[in-house]
Amino acid sequence: MFSRLVYESFRHQARRKLLAGIAITLGVAVATAMIAVATDIGDKMNRELRSYGANLIVTPQEDTLDVEVGGVNLKPPSDGAFLNEADLPKIRGTFWHNNIVGFSPMLPVNVKVGSGSDAKEVTLVGTYFNKPLSFGKEDFRTGVSITHPWWKVLCGDGKESRDCAWPADDSQNVVLGEHQAARLGKQPGDTLEISGRQLTISGILSTGAAEDDQIVAPLALAQQILGKPGAVRRVYVSALTKPQDALAVRDPKTMTPEVYDRWYCSPYVQSIAYQLQEVIPHSHAEQIRQVAQNEGTVLSRIKGLMLLVTLAALFASALAVSAAMATAIFERRVEVGLMKALGASSLAVSAIFFAEALLLAIAGGIAGFSAGALLAHRIGRSIFNSQISIEPVLFPVILAIAVLVSFAGSAAAIRRAVKFDPVFALRGEG
Amino acid sequence: MSAGPDTPNTSEQVAARRAHSPHTSMFARMIFRAAVLRRGRAAAALVAMIVAAAVATAMMNLYVDVQAKLRTELRNYGANVIIVAKEGQSLPADALARVESVLDSKTLAVPFSYAVARTKDGRSVVVVGTDFRRARQLNRWWKVSHWPDAPDEALIGMRAANIVSPSRQPFELTFQGKAIQLAPAGMLQTGAGEDSRIYLDQAEFQNWTGVAPSTIELAATGTASEVEASIRQLAELLPSADIRPVRQIMEGEANVLNKTRATLYASAVLIVLTSALCVLATLMGWVFDRRRDFAIMKALGASERLVKGFFAAEAAALGLVGAVLGFVIGIGVAAWIGRVNFHAPVVPRFSVFPYVLAGSIIVAVLSAILPITMLRRIQPAMILRGE
Repeated sequence: MFSRLVYESFRHQARRKLLAGIAITLGVAVATAMIAVATDIGDKMNRELRSYGANLIVTPQEDTLDVEVGGVNLKPPSDGAFLNEADLPKIRGTFWHNNIVGFSPMLPVNVKVGSGSDAKEVTLVGTYFNKPLSFGKEDFRTGVSITHPWWKVLCGDGKESRDCAWPADDSQNVVLGEHQAARLGKQPGDTLEISGRQLTISGILSTGAAEDDQIVAPLALAQQILGKPGAVRRVYVSALTKPQDALAVRDPKTMTPEVYDRWYCSPYVQSIAYQLQEVIPHSHAEQIRQVAQNEGTVLSRIKGLMLLVTLAALFASALAVSAAMATAIFERRVEVGLMKALGASSLAVSAIFFAEALLLAIAGGIAGFSAGALLAHRIGRSIFNSQISIEPVLFPVILAIAVLVSFAGSAAAIRRAVKFDPVFALRGEG
Repeated sequence: MSAGPDTPNTSEQVAARRAHSPHTSMFARMIFRAAVLRRGRAAAALVAMIVAAAVATAMMNLYVDVQAKLRTELRNYGANVIIVAKEGQSLPADALARVESVLDSKTLAVPFSYAVARTKDGRSVVVVGTDFRRARQLNRWWKVSHWPDAPDEALIGMRAANIVSPSRQPFELTFQGKAIQLAPAGMLQTGAGEDSRIYLDQAEFQNWTGVAPSTIELAATGTASEVEASIRQLAELLPSADIRPVRQIMEGEANVLNKTRATLYASAVLIVLTSALCVLATLMGWVFDRRRDFAIMKALGASERLVKGFFAAEAAALGLVGAVLGFVIGIGVAAWIGRVNFHAPVVPRFSVFPYVLAGSIIVAVLSAILPITMLRRIQPAMILRGE
């Protein structure tokens, strides 16, 4: 009899049930999407913050001072120590290698541009543009196109186009900083005599920084000019890090083994620097404070904001669901009156309504969860251009919340409907 | 019915009296009585209205204000505009004063002058003259053990320290034959080029080298287009200088802001839609529930327009009250979120109010009209019979 009552109620009042069901579905969808976005926003924004560039720098341990003013390197080129290019792929072998977005080696060399008496001293920087490398079985690409996303290659007319691209890493082509190009009067496609070599300009480089006065070339070419194969002056590493806390800044030498393990296995910028020093011999890795220090604050602000906004969304959808449930029940006072007049106890009547609410919540919850997952997916695609993953564990949690909210929303209305005098209800008063 | 002897009581007279009495008072009275008599249901609808308006207000306020807040936060990344003398020229002596005269007070301008000096054992080191107070505000990420407070004290980069003053003793530098004695005040650590440099107070630096500031770094506040406008303004003011945006900072900021804005926008839309749905469900239930009033009104000869108008006016009044109360609460919620998350209050945006008001009234009227339109087809008698 009980199941039949519930069944008939769904069959005969399909329209009203549909309205309540839609409200639950929408509420659950919004809640699911917001929770998914909020839990993933930290990771997504961390990647976006990488557009500020590298947050770690690796230099030789025994390096001499940099003497550089306004993009002009005044340090004698052979002076100081170098890192070995062959050690660089090992960066992908560190504990947090999955957090390392990319790295770019740099080798500044002073070169003469032009020949004879009008030769000019210019700094040429050798680097990777988008170099294919492999470590173990893993193949990957890295270079300034990943670590320095604000570097742009332009054509002579100052516009980006497919004709003017990064030089290939194994080519003899270079990109010319835009101020230097204006000074030399060179266009992409022109050749440039650099220290006795004829090199082709594949594009004009615009960075808004010191590189605008320099020439940027493939690393191998800079090494040839310098006459030091395999030499690298410094390496910029862009890594996803965890905001700094009290543990992060402690000195690993003074830690107990357990604390050390915890520190080592957290992607703090300090522990990643430590791991880079481990894999690259005779190196010194340090955070670039301008980028690394600000990341944490910005990230925690955005995460906090999304958490609060998600709470607002959950609140709004809980309210919408309970409002829809209350309305659906309030309309059925006459039915309650009839059931009570026929001798049904308040408990039995409430049980029917709660069973209906449960069915609605489960159906709406499942539909809403799928719709919410789709919504989160769309948001991830359109805003972050990447997948927003939904934890499967979220499903039972969302379903439980949907049931709970539907019950809570129905409870007051059911109580009032049950308390209502059947005589009045049947007479249609009230 | 009993009436006094003076009261004309024929049906024609009653009809005439009713025709001349003002309809408006009856209309207002019906609306008022409806709210008072059915306190429970009306209160539920009002609460839904208030909550929806509050959530919408808070979200719109946050959407506008969070961008400004984040922008302030992102200014901690340092200078976003850099002014350098064009090749072969130098910045005018009053460049800094000129720059500051056109920019708003929140923009920070820090002068830097560079020279390459030699240590006692003949090694080159870059020495920079600057205004420490401003540099400290601009470059918050600098890790400094102690800022200099006497003029002959220098701030020494971590790596430079190992060469000029390994045991933190006073040291000597020479520039074009002129020597200077400096005491290290503190160590500077940034992980970038600054680590190889020595920083001096600008006045002391200029006394020693005679080199005037060649670079001014600016932390310009405002949106990307406002910063660009400042750049154009500065370019007119200082024709001998090259004024460029620091692309690393500008583009990073634009990227982070755009993503945050888009996420917030999507969330705001979802939340506002959900709360509108909540209002719609509650109000529709409320009106549907009063189909007996509707039937009685129609049975007494009220026109379709009058009944619709009555319900719409009631809903609009509800929307109005809900919007006003909700706006006040929403401003409070936004301020609280600002305090908790950004440690700065969110400024109330009263420009949001018209939107909240219009939205609330439209949703309310819509949710009143919809059920009435559905009921229209049903005979009043059917409703009154309780079917």
